[in-house]
Amino acid sequence: MAQPTPRANTLFTPFNVVTGIILLIGGIVTILRFTKGLGAVTNLDDNNPWGIWIGFDLLCGVALAAGGYVTCAACYIFGLKKFRVAVRPAILTALLGYALVVLALHYDVGRPWRLPFPIFFSQGTSSLLFEVALCVFLYLSVLFLEFTPAAFEWLHWKRARYIIGKISLVLVIFGIILSTLHQSSLGALFLIVPSKLHPLWHSGYLAVYFFISSIFAGMAMVIFEHAIVDRFLHDEIDEEHDIESNNVALGFAKAASFLMMGYLMIQVIGIAIDNDWHHLGTRWGLWYLVEMVGFVGLPAVVYAIGVREQNIKLLQWTSGWVVLGIILNRLNVSLVAFNWQLPLDQRYFPNFPEIMTTVFIVTIGVVLFKWIATRMPVLHVHPDYPDDH
Amino acid sequence: MEPGFHTLQEFMTHTKGIAYLLIGVALVALPLFWRFLSGRDDKQKTF
Repeated sequence: MAQPTPRANTLFTPFNVVTGIILLIGGIVTILRFTKGLGAVTNLDDNNPWGIWIGFDLLCGVALAAGGYVTCAACYIFGLKKFRVAVRPAILTALLGYALVVLALHYDVGRPWRLPFPIFFSQGTSSLLFEVALCVFLYLSVLFLEFTPAAFEWLHWKRARYIIGKISLVLVIFGIILSTLHQSSLGALFLIVPSKLHPLWHSGYLAVYFFISSIFAGMAMVIFEHAIVDRFLHDEIDEEHDIESNNVALGFAKAASFLMMGYLMIQVIGIAIDNDWHHLGTRWGLWYLVEMVGFVGLPAVVYAIGVREQNIKLLQWTSGWVVLGIILNRLNVSLVAFNWQLPLDQRYFPNFPEIMTTVFIVTIGVVLFKWIATRMPVLHVHPDYPDDH
Repeated sequence: MEPGFHTLQEFMTHTKGIAYLLIGVALVALPLFWRFLSGRDDKQKTF
Protein backbone atom coordinates (compact mmCIF):
# COMPACT_ATOMS: atom_id res chain seq x y z
CA MET A 1 0.00 0.00 0.00
CA ALA A 2 1.26 3.48 -0.75
CA GLN A 3 2.31 5.61 2.20
CA PRO A 4 -0.70 7.63 3.33
CA THR A 5 -0.31 11.35 2.96
CA PRO A 6 -1.13 13.48 6.03
CA ARG A 7 -4.75 14.51 5.94
CA ALA A 8 -5.97 18.00 6.70
CA ASN A 9 -7.21 18.06 10.27
CA THR A 10 -10.36 20.04 9.60
CA LEU A 11 -14.00 19.22 9.13
CA PHE A 12 -14.54 22.02 6.64
CA THR A 13 -13.02 20.47 3.53
CA PRO A 14 -14.78 21.24 0.21
CA PHE A 15 -16.05 17.63 0.08
CA ASN A 16 -17.50 17.83 3.60
CA VAL A 17 -19.12 21.23 3.05
CA VAL A 18 -20.83 20.22 -0.22
CA THR A 19 -21.86 16.87 1.28
CA GLY A 20 -23.20 18.58 4.39
CA ILE A 21 -25.35 20.98 2.35
CA ILE A 22 -26.75 18.12 0.24
CA LEU A 23 -27.49 16.01 3.32
CA LEU A 24 -29.22 18.98 5.00
CA ILE A 25 -31.47 19.65 1.99
CA GLY A 26 -32.11 15.90 1.64
CA GLY A 27 -33.08 15.69 5.29
CA ILE A 28 -35.61 18.51 4.91
CA VAL A 29 -37.11 16.91 1.77
CA THR A 30 -37.27 13.56 3.59
CA ILE A 31 -39.27 15.10 6.45
CA LEU A 32 -41.61 16.78 3.93
CA ARG A 33 -42.06 13.53 1.97
CA PHE A 34 -42.98 11.42 4.97
CA THR A 35 -45.16 14.04 6.66
CA LYS A 36 -46.90 15.75 3.72
CA GLY A 37 -46.95 12.94 1.15
CA LEU A 38 -45.85 12.53 -2.47
CA GLY A 39 -47.84 15.53 -3.74
CA ALA A 40 -45.82 17.95 -1.61
CA VAL A 41 -42.44 17.00 -3.03
CA THR A 42 -43.01 15.46 -6.48
CA ASN A 43 -44.54 16.21 -9.88
CA LEU A 44 -46.03 12.72 -10.06
CA ASP A 45 -49.65 12.32 -11.12
CA ASP A 46 -52.03 9.63 -12.38
CA ASN A 47 -50.46 9.71 -15.86
CA ASN A 48 -46.93 9.58 -14.51
CA PRO A 49 -46.91 7.49 -11.34
CA TRP A 50 -43.21 6.64 -11.63
CA GLY A 51 -40.68 9.47 -11.67
CA ILE A 52 -36.91 9.71 -11.31
CA TRP A 53 -36.95 7.86 -8.00
CA ILE A 54 -37.87 4.78 -10.03
CA GLY A 55 -36.32 5.75 -13.40
CA PHE A 56 -32.96 6.83 -12.01
CA ASP A 57 -32.55 5.61 -8.44
CA LEU A 58 -34.02 2.17 -9.01
CA LEU A 59 -33.51 1.25 -12.67
CA CYS A 60 -30.11 2.93 -13.10
CA GLY A 61 -29.06 1.92 -9.58
CA VAL A 62 -29.73 -1.76 -10.24
CA ALA A 63 -28.11 -1.69 -13.70
CA LEU A 64 -24.97 0.05 -12.48
CA ALA A 65 -24.72 -2.27 -9.46
CA ALA A 66 -24.45 -5.21 -11.87
CA GLY A 67 -20.66 -5.03 -11.55
CA GLY A 68 -21.02 -7.20 -8.44
CA TYR A 69 -22.45 -10.27 -10.10
CA VAL A 70 -20.49 -9.77 -13.35
CA THR A 71 -17.15 -9.61 -11.53
CA CYS A 72 -18.02 -12.55 -9.26
CA ALA A 73 -19.08 -14.61 -12.28
CA ALA A 74 -15.88 -13.77 -14.17
CA CYS A 75 -13.64 -14.53 -11.20
CA TYR A 76 -15.29 -17.50 -9.46
CA ILE A 77 -17.44 -19.18 -12.15
CA PHE A 78 -15.31 -18.63 -15.26
CA GLY A 79 -12.09 -18.94 -13.24
CA LEU A 80 -10.56 -15.67 -14.44
CA LYS A 81 -8.58 -15.11 -11.25
CA LYS A 82 -6.87 -12.02 -12.63
CA PHE A 83 -10.13 -10.18 -11.91
CA ARG A 84 -10.09 -10.96 -8.19
CA VAL A 85 -8.77 -7.51 -7.23
CA ALA A 86 -11.99 -6.06 -8.65
CA VAL A 87 -14.29 -8.35 -6.66
CA ARG A 88 -14.45 -6.50 -3.34
CA PRO A 89 -14.84 -2.98 -4.76
CA ALA A 90 -17.54 -4.33 -7.11
CA ILE A 91 -19.38 -6.12 -4.29
CA LEU A 92 -19.20 -3.01 -2.11
CA THR A 93 -20.60 -0.89 -4.95
CA ALA A 94 -23.35 -3.43 -5.56
CA LEU A 95 -24.19 -3.67 -1.85
CA LEU A 96 -24.43 0.11 -1.49
CA GLY A 97 -26.26 0.39 -4.83
CA TYR A 98 -28.94 -2.11 -3.84
CA ALA A 99 -29.25 -0.73 -0.30
CA LEU A 100 -29.85 2.73 -1.79
CA VAL A 101 -32.33 1.28 -4.29
CA VAL A 102 -34.35 0.02 -1.33
CA LEU A 103 -33.97 3.40 0.39
CA ALA A 104 -35.20 5.20 -2.75
CA LEU A 105 -38.10 2.78 -2.98
CA HIS A 106 -39.19 3.87 0.50
CA TYR A 107 -39.51 7.45 -0.75
CA ASP A 108 -41.64 6.32 -3.69
CA VAL A 109 -43.81 3.74 -1.94
CA GLY A 110 -44.04 5.29 1.54
CA ARG A 111 -45.03 3.54 4.78
CA PRO A 112 -41.63 1.85 5.28
CA TRP A 113 -42.93 -0.35 8.09
CA ARG A 114 -44.91 -2.30 5.48
CA LEU A 115 -41.79 -3.21 3.48
CA PRO A 116 -41.81 -6.89 4.61
CA PHE A 117 -45.45 -7.34 3.49
CA PRO A 118 -44.85 -8.41 -0.15
CA ILE A 119 -42.37 -11.06 0.99
CA PHE A 120 -43.85 -12.44 4.22
CA PHE A 121 -47.56 -11.59 4.36
CA SER A 122 -49.18 -10.89 1.00
CA GLN A 123 -47.27 -12.41 -1.90
CA GLY A 124 -48.47 -11.36 -5.35
CA THR A 125 -46.92 -14.35 -7.04
CA SER A 126 -48.36 -13.53 -10.46
CA SER A 127 -46.70 -10.10 -10.48
CA LEU A 128 -43.29 -9.27 -11.92
CA LEU A 129 -42.94 -6.69 -9.16
CA PHE A 130 -43.17 -9.51 -6.60
CA GLU A 131 -40.33 -11.32 -8.36
CA VAL A 132 -38.26 -8.11 -8.42
CA ALA A 133 -39.00 -7.46 -4.74
CA LEU A 134 -38.09 -11.03 -3.75
CA CYS A 135 -34.88 -10.99 -5.81
CA VAL A 136 -33.79 -7.60 -4.48
CA PHE A 137 -34.52 -8.69 -0.90
CA LEU A 138 -32.58 -11.93 -1.32
CA TYR A 139 -29.75 -10.44 -3.38
CA LEU A 140 -29.23 -7.60 -0.91
CA SER A 141 -28.92 -10.24 1.82
CA VAL A 142 -26.47 -12.23 -0.34
CA LEU A 143 -24.40 -9.10 -1.08
CA PHE A 144 -24.27 -8.30 2.62
CA LEU A 145 -22.95 -11.80 3.34
CA GLU A 146 -20.52 -11.62 0.40
CA PHE A 147 -19.07 -8.41 1.81
CA THR A 148 -18.78 -9.62 5.40
CA PRO A 149 -15.29 -11.19 4.91
CA ALA A 150 -13.86 -7.68 4.48
CA ALA A 151 -15.68 -6.48 7.59
CA PHE A 152 -14.59 -9.55 9.59
CA GLU A 153 -10.97 -9.05 8.53
CA TRP A 154 -11.19 -5.43 9.63
CA LEU A 155 -12.72 -6.47 12.97
CA HIS A 156 -10.22 -9.36 13.36
CA TRP A 157 -13.07 -11.87 13.74
CA LYS A 158 -11.08 -14.82 12.42
CA ARG A 159 -13.62 -17.56 13.22
CA ALA A 160 -16.48 -15.75 11.47
CA ARG A 161 -14.18 -14.96 8.54
CA TYR A 162 -13.31 -18.64 8.23
CA ILE A 163 -16.95 -19.79 8.28
CA ILE A 164 -18.16 -17.23 5.72
CA GLY A 165 -15.20 -18.12 3.49
CA LYS A 166 -16.48 -21.71 3.34
CA ILE A 167 -19.85 -20.72 1.86
CA SER A 168 -18.63 -17.95 -0.43
CA LEU A 169 -18.99 -19.99 -3.65
CA VAL A 170 -22.61 -20.86 -2.82
CA LEU A 171 -23.31 -17.19 -2.19
CA VAL A 172 -21.70 -16.22 -5.49
CA ILE A 173 -23.79 -18.72 -7.46
CA PHE A 174 -26.99 -17.69 -5.67
CA GLY A 175 -26.18 -14.02 -6.31
CA ILE A 176 -25.68 -14.60 -10.04
CA ILE A 177 -28.97 -16.49 -10.33
CA LEU A 178 -30.87 -13.74 -8.51
CA SER A 179 -29.26 -11.02 -10.64
CA THR A 180 -30.12 -12.83 -13.86
CA LEU A 181 -33.73 -13.00 -12.72
CA HIS A 182 -34.38 -9.46 -11.60
CA GLN A 183 -32.19 -7.55 -14.07
CA SER A 184 -34.34 -8.98 -16.86
CA SER A 185 -37.58 -8.65 -14.89
CA LEU A 186 -37.07 -4.91 -14.54
CA GLY A 187 -37.22 -4.68 -18.33
CA ALA A 188 -40.13 -7.08 -18.48
CA LEU A 189 -42.10 -4.71 -16.20
CA PHE A 190 -42.56 -2.43 -19.20
CA LEU A 191 -44.07 -5.16 -21.39
CA ILE A 192 -47.41 -4.25 -19.81
CA VAL A 193 -47.45 -0.75 -21.38
CA PRO A 194 -47.21 -1.22 -25.18
CA SER A 195 -49.53 1.73 -25.76
CA LYS A 196 -47.64 4.08 -23.43
CA LEU A 197 -44.02 3.30 -24.27
CA HIS A 198 -42.78 4.40 -27.69
CA PRO A 199 -42.53 1.41 -30.12
CA LEU A 200 -38.80 1.94 -30.63
CA TRP A 201 -38.18 1.29 -26.93
CA HIS A 202 -41.00 -1.19 -26.39
CA SER A 203 -40.22 -4.69 -27.59
CA GLY A 204 -40.98 -8.28 -26.71
CA TYR A 205 -37.24 -8.54 -26.04
CA LEU A 206 -37.18 -5.82 -23.34
CA ALA A 207 -36.19 -8.36 -20.69
CA VAL A 208 -33.27 -9.53 -22.85
CA TYR A 209 -32.23 -5.92 -23.56
CA PHE A 210 -32.19 -5.08 -19.86
CA PHE A 211 -30.25 -8.19 -18.93
CA ILE A 212 -27.56 -7.87 -21.62
CA SER A 213 -27.16 -4.14 -21.07
CA SER A 214 -26.76 -4.76 -17.33
CA ILE A 215 -23.73 -6.97 -18.03
CA PHE A 216 -21.78 -4.36 -19.95
CA ALA A 217 -23.08 -1.64 -17.60
CA GLY A 218 -21.56 -3.57 -14.70
CA MET A 219 -18.25 -3.97 -16.52
CA ALA A 220 -18.13 -0.28 -17.46
CA MET A 221 -18.97 0.67 -13.89
CA VAL A 222 -16.11 -1.45 -12.50
CA ILE A 223 -13.61 0.28 -14.83
CA PHE A 224 -15.07 3.76 -14.24
CA GLU A 225 -15.21 3.27 -10.48
CA HIS A 226 -11.56 2.24 -10.36
CA ALA A 227 -10.64 5.42 -12.25
CA ILE A 228 -12.50 7.49 -9.64
CA VAL A 229 -11.02 5.54 -6.72
CA ASP A 230 -7.53 5.82 -8.21
CA ARG A 231 -7.99 9.59 -8.40
CA PHE A 232 -9.44 10.24 -4.94
CA LEU A 233 -8.50 7.26 -2.74
CA HIS A 234 -5.13 6.38 -4.24
CA ASP A 235 -3.54 5.97 -0.79
CA GLU A 236 -5.81 3.02 -0.05
CA ILE A 237 -4.79 1.04 -3.15
CA ASP A 238 -1.99 -1.49 -2.79
CA GLU A 239 0.49 -2.41 -5.49
CA GLU A 240 -1.32 -5.59 -6.59
CA HIS A 241 -4.59 -3.71 -7.10
CA ASP A 242 -2.76 -0.94 -8.93
CA ILE A 243 -1.16 -3.34 -11.44
CA GLU A 244 -3.99 -5.84 -11.83
CA SER A 245 -6.63 -3.14 -12.31
CA ASN A 246 -5.16 -2.51 -15.77
CA ASN A 247 -5.77 -6.16 -16.67
CA VAL A 248 -9.30 -5.84 -15.31
CA ALA A 249 -9.89 -2.77 -17.47
CA LEU A 250 -8.53 -4.50 -20.60
CA GLY A 251 -10.48 -7.71 -20.01
CA PHE A 252 -13.78 -6.07 -19.12
CA ALA A 253 -13.52 -3.50 -21.91
CA LYS A 254 -12.96 -6.25 -24.45
CA ALA A 255 -15.94 -8.24 -23.22
CA ALA A 256 -18.12 -5.12 -22.94
CA SER A 257 -17.22 -4.01 -26.47
CA PHE A 258 -18.28 -7.35 -27.95
CA LEU A 259 -21.44 -7.46 -25.85
CA MET A 260 -22.39 -3.93 -26.88
CA MET A 261 -22.09 -4.87 -30.53
CA GLY A 262 -24.29 -7.91 -29.89
CA TYR A 263 -26.76 -5.71 -28.00
CA LEU A 264 -26.86 -3.29 -30.93
CA MET A 265 -27.62 -6.14 -33.30
CA ILE A 266 -30.46 -7.58 -31.25
CA GLN A 267 -31.90 -4.06 -31.00
CA VAL A 268 -31.93 -3.89 -34.81
CA ILE A 269 -33.46 -7.36 -35.01
CA GLY A 270 -36.09 -6.22 -32.49
CA ILE A 271 -37.02 -3.34 -34.78
CA ALA A 272 -37.28 -5.76 -37.72
CA ILE A 273 -39.50 -8.19 -35.78
CA ASP A 274 -41.94 -5.39 -34.83
CA ASN A 275 -41.55 -3.66 -38.24
CA ASP A 276 -40.78 -0.34 -36.54
CA TRP A 277 -38.52 0.98 -39.31
CA HIS A 278 -40.82 3.87 -40.18
CA HIS A 279 -40.39 5.33 -36.66
CA LEU A 280 -36.67 5.83 -37.30
CA GLY A 281 -37.44 8.75 -39.65
CA THR A 282 -39.24 10.70 -36.91
CA ARG A 283 -37.82 12.90 -34.14
CA TRP A 284 -38.26 10.00 -31.72
CA GLY A 285 -36.27 7.89 -34.18
CA LEU A 286 -33.47 10.45 -34.13
CA TRP A 287 -33.40 10.32 -30.32
CA TYR A 288 -33.35 6.52 -30.47
CA LEU A 289 -30.42 6.63 -32.88
CA VAL A 290 -28.59 9.06 -30.58
CA GLU A 291 -28.92 6.45 -27.82
CA MET A 292 -28.03 3.43 -29.95
CA VAL A 293 -25.29 4.89 -32.14
CA GLY A 294 -23.97 7.58 -29.80
CA PHE A 295 -24.04 5.62 -26.56
CA VAL A 296 -23.74 1.97 -27.66
CA GLY A 297 -22.18 1.63 -31.13
CA LEU A 298 -19.54 4.37 -30.87
CA PRO A 299 -18.35 3.50 -27.35
CA ALA A 300 -18.12 -0.15 -28.42
CA VAL A 301 -15.77 0.84 -31.25
CA VAL A 302 -13.76 3.17 -28.98
CA TYR A 303 -13.50 0.36 -26.41
CA ALA A 304 -12.16 -1.91 -29.18
CA ILE A 305 -9.58 0.72 -30.18
CA GLY A 306 -8.61 1.20 -26.51
CA VAL A 307 -8.16 -2.57 -26.07
CA ARG A 308 -6.06 -2.85 -29.23
CA GLU A 309 -3.89 0.10 -28.21
CA GLN A 310 -3.91 -0.96 -24.52
CA ASN A 311 -4.85 2.62 -23.69
CA ILE A 312 -6.21 2.48 -20.13
CA LYS A 313 -7.10 6.18 -19.96
CA LEU A 314 -9.20 5.83 -23.10
CA LEU A 315 -10.96 2.79 -21.61
CA GLN A 316 -11.71 4.70 -18.41
CA TRP A 317 -13.19 7.68 -20.27
CA THR A 318 -15.18 5.33 -22.49
CA SER A 319 -16.52 3.58 -19.40
CA GLY A 320 -17.91 6.90 -18.17
CA TRP A 321 -19.50 7.29 -21.61
CA VAL A 322 -21.08 3.82 -21.37
CA VAL A 323 -22.37 4.53 -17.86
CA LEU A 324 -24.03 7.69 -19.22
CA GLY A 325 -25.50 5.59 -22.04
CA ILE A 326 -27.06 3.13 -19.59
CA ILE A 327 -28.54 5.99 -17.57
CA LEU A 328 -29.92 7.45 -20.81
CA ASN A 329 -31.43 4.09 -21.80
CA ARG A 330 -33.15 3.52 -18.46
CA LEU A 331 -34.46 7.10 -18.37
CA ASN A 332 -35.71 6.78 -21.96
CA VAL A 333 -37.63 3.60 -21.18
CA SER A 334 -39.10 4.79 -17.89
CA LEU A 335 -39.58 8.52 -18.46
CA VAL A 336 -38.66 10.10 -21.81
CA ALA A 337 -40.33 7.67 -24.21
CA PHE A 338 -43.00 6.82 -21.66
CA ASN A 339 -46.36 8.54 -22.29
CA TRP A 340 -44.82 9.85 -25.51
CA GLN A 341 -48.25 10.54 -27.02
CA LEU A 342 -49.35 12.90 -24.25
CA PRO A 343 -49.28 16.67 -24.90
CA LEU A 344 -46.22 18.41 -23.50
CA ASP A 345 -48.05 20.07 -20.60
CA GLN A 346 -49.12 16.63 -19.30
CA ARG A 347 -45.64 15.15 -19.52
CA TYR A 348 -43.58 14.53 -16.39
CA PHE A 349 -40.53 16.51 -15.42
CA PRO A 350 -38.98 16.10 -11.96
CA ASN A 351 -39.14 19.08 -9.61
CA PHE A 352 -36.38 20.39 -7.33
CA PRO A 353 -37.18 18.24 -4.25
CA GLU A 354 -37.27 15.07 -6.39
CA ILE A 355 -33.90 15.86 -7.94
CA MET A 356 -32.44 16.77 -4.53
CA THR A 357 -33.70 13.49 -3.06
CA THR A 358 -31.86 11.61 -5.82
CA VAL A 359 -28.69 13.68 -5.26
CA PHE A 360 -29.09 13.07 -1.51
CA ILE A 361 -29.30 9.30 -1.99
CA VAL A 362 -26.32 9.20 -4.36
CA THR A 363 -24.34 11.32 -1.87
CA ILE A 364 -25.12 8.88 0.94
CA GLY A 365 -23.67 6.14 -1.30
CA VAL A 366 -20.49 8.11 -2.00
CA VAL A 367 -19.98 8.93 1.70
CA LEU A 368 -20.55 5.31 2.77
CA PHE A 369 -18.19 4.00 0.05
CA LYS A 370 -15.48 6.40 1.17
CA TRP A 371 -16.00 5.54 4.85
CA ILE A 372 -15.80 1.79 4.22
CA ALA A 373 -13.00 1.87 1.63
CA THR A 374 -10.77 3.95 3.92
CA ARG A 375 -11.18 1.49 6.78
CA MET A 376 -11.77 -2.05 5.52
CA PRO A 377 -9.57 -4.13 3.19
CA VAL A 378 -11.45 -3.35 -0.02
CA LEU A 379 -8.80 -1.73 -2.18
CA HIS A 380 -5.90 -3.52 -0.55
CA VAL A 381 -5.16 -6.99 0.81
CA HIS A 382 -5.37 -7.51 4.57
CA PRO A 383 -1.90 -8.58 5.78
CA ASP A 384 -3.40 -11.61 7.65
CA TYR A 385 -5.06 -12.92 4.46
CA PRO A 386 -2.55 -12.32 1.66
CA ASP A 387 -3.75 -15.17 -0.60
CA ASP A 388 -7.41 -15.25 0.31
CA HIS A 389 -8.74 -11.98 -1.02
CA MET B 1 -51.95 -4.84 -38.39
CA GLU B 2 -49.51 -2.54 -40.16
CA PRO B 3 -50.65 -0.74 -43.32
CA GLY B 4 -49.56 -2.55 -46.47
CA PHE B 5 -50.18 -5.97 -45.01
CA HIS B 6 -53.50 -7.73 -45.56
CA THR B 7 -52.98 -10.78 -43.38
CA LEU B 8 -50.94 -11.78 -40.34
CA GLN B 9 -49.23 -14.31 -42.64
CA GLU B 10 -47.95 -11.49 -44.88
CA PHE B 11 -46.77 -9.46 -41.90
CA MET B 12 -44.97 -12.40 -40.31
CA THR B 13 -43.37 -13.50 -43.57
CA HIS B 14 -42.06 -9.98 -44.15
CA THR B 15 -40.75 -9.29 -40.62
CA LYS B 16 -39.34 -12.77 -40.07
CA GLY B 17 -37.66 -12.66 -43.45
CA ILE B 18 -35.91 -9.37 -42.62
CA ALA B 19 -35.02 -10.65 -39.13
CA TYR B 20 -33.41 -13.81 -40.54
CA LEU B 21 -31.37 -11.76 -43.00
CA LEU B 22 -30.19 -9.54 -40.14
CA ILE B 23 -29.28 -12.58 -38.07
CA GLY B 24 -27.17 -13.74 -41.02
CA VAL B 25 -25.46 -10.34 -41.11
CA ALA B 26 -24.85 -10.56 -37.33
CA LEU B 27 -23.36 -14.05 -37.64
CA VAL B 28 -20.84 -12.71 -40.13
CA ALA B 29 -20.24 -9.29 -38.54
CA LEU B 30 -19.73 -10.36 -34.92
CA PRO B 31 -16.84 -12.80 -35.60
CA LEU B 32 -15.22 -10.13 -37.78
CA PHE B 33 -15.57 -7.61 -34.95
CA TRP B 34 -14.09 -10.15 -32.56
CA ARG B 35 -11.11 -10.53 -34.89
CA PHE B 36 -10.66 -6.76 -34.88
CA LEU B 37 -10.99 -6.72 -31.07
CA SER B 38 -8.46 -9.51 -30.58
CA GLY B 39 -6.18 -8.62 -33.48
CA ARG B 40 -3.33 -7.34 -31.34
CA ASP B 41 -3.63 -10.18 -28.79
CA ASP B 42 -2.48 -12.79 -31.29
CA LYS B 43 0.59 -10.81 -32.23
CA GLN B 44 1.76 -10.73 -28.62
CA LYS B 45 1.84 -14.53 -28.39
CA THR B 46 5.36 -15.88 -28.43
CA PHE B 47 4.55 -19.58 -28.60
